[in-house]
Amino acid sequence: MCLAIPARVVEILPGQRAVVDLGGVRKEVSIDLVADAQVDDYVIIHVGYAIGKIDPEEAQRTLALFAELSEAQNSPQPLSVMGEVL
Amino acid sequence: MKYIDEFRDGDSARHIADKIAAEVKPDLAYNFMEFCGGHTHAISRYGIADMLPPNVRMIHGPGCPVCVLPIGRVDLAIRLALERGVILCTYGDTMRVPASNGLSLIKAKARGADIRMVYSAHDALKLAEQHPDREVVFFAIGFETTTPPTALVLRDAKARGLRNFSVLCCHVLTPAAITHILASAEAREIGTVPLDGFIGPAHVSIVIGSQPYVPFAQTFHKPVVITGFEPMDVMQGILMLVRQVNSSRAEVENEFSRVVTPTGNLAAQQIMAEVFELRESFEWRGLGEVPTSALKIRPEFATWDAERKFELVYASVPDHKQCECGAILRGVKRPQDCKLFGTVCTPESPMGSCMVSNEGACAAHYSYGRFRDLALVNKGPTASNSIAT
Ligand code: SF4
Repeated sequence: MCLAIPARVVEILPGQRAVVDLGGVRKEVSIDLVADAQVDDYVIIHVGYAIGKIDPEEAQRTLALFAELSEAQNSPQPLSVMGEVL
Repeated sequence: MKYIDEFRDGDSARHIADKIAAEVKPDLAYNFMEFCGGHTHAISRYGIADMLPPNVRMIHGPGCPVCVLPIGRVDLAIRLALERGVILCTYGDTMRVPASNGLSLIKAKARGADIRMVYSAHDALKLAEQHPDREVVFFAIGFETTTPPTALVLRDAKARGLRNFSVLCCHVLTPAAITHILASAEAREIGTVPLDGFIGPAHVSIVIGSQPYVPFAQTFHKPVVITGFEPMDVMQGILMLVRQVNSSRAEVENEFSRVVTPTGNLAAQQIMAEVFELRESFEWRGLGEVPTSALKIRPEFATWDAERKFELVYASVPDHKQCECGAILRGVKRPQDCKLFGTVCTPESPMGSCMVSNEGACAAHYSYGRFRDLALVNKGPTASNSIAT
């Protein structure tokens, strides 16, 4: 029951509420805990409340690290610096 | 779905698995506890245990809120519904937690109690508005993720003067429980396994941030890596822990930086502090009484505190004698070590709490892991194929 999922904000409603899109399903949630949420932001929804925002740059950085790791596997030289990135 | 699918790529997960295999030292044992039930679920579901070298072992921790809820607390809720005639609202998983006398909330409902499953604390508050002639009690459980929503509805109930609404508060705190596993004499007496590092909670850390784990990592010299719930996140978190152990570091690192910051969600922390204060002690299933590990409602909100309003008295009730949930929650036993596993105790009719939620160790093993125990099933040369893509 601790699981929460990322959803895109599609509409801000009055009273600190918003409509979010969860993979095609729309749902009304509270944005009382992430008051600065804007349309098109990705937020983490848990029990009907947005509890945090996803930072797209950080997400990209983590994915880039995974991509680097794959390339390193295919190249003859191990990239020893990767451990220090995160 | 965006921010989910990209973190489930099978090839990348295998690359991380290769890295882990290359970096572990064969003469070292790596015992890592995943505190959170969400990680337990991911590890079982994606076959992550099969992708790890034999000397890297993942141990389930007590981080499933349904699993750690003691029988005595569920009994309080059942009594409110059966004897005091309240409308009792709670999250779905809580409904099936076994309580005293073979009861659970769902069985009490079958006996005529007015018990309703809600998706959100907000829905419980709405029910109170719709039924001004009835007492509505929200049976609130969970870690720091579900606590801020409970705080918000308490604030709203007070602001609106909604006097037929109250909360039976059973919110518990993560850092206290992690510390307890390593620090307390009782925990040592009842038995724990040696642990070399922790996978830190993902969504709890969105709320509290990564900083609260720093004193813990320093005091006990144990690495903590806060990790997302997708399979690649979990693999990367394990790799980061292996690297810390190899270099004798004990730091707090953050793999889940796309949502977790050092300070966390300050608005959520503020509303929690406004509405709740520390309980001196709280009983956890499997861990016993854990000091300063839970929250209670502040006296300013006494009118909305079900414990005060209905003068509830807590009584501890022992688990079923043969249920090994307690040992499983402390990491000393595995689900398959329980005699009742998969026979008397199944997700359809759970005997213990670990079989209830899909984040519970027994339920996760029942759904995804138990066939691995059968000798007839060929694991195949590349067990890592089991990762979902
Ligand atoms: S199998 Fe059932 S009874 Fe046994 S430890 Fe797990 S939940 Fe408890």
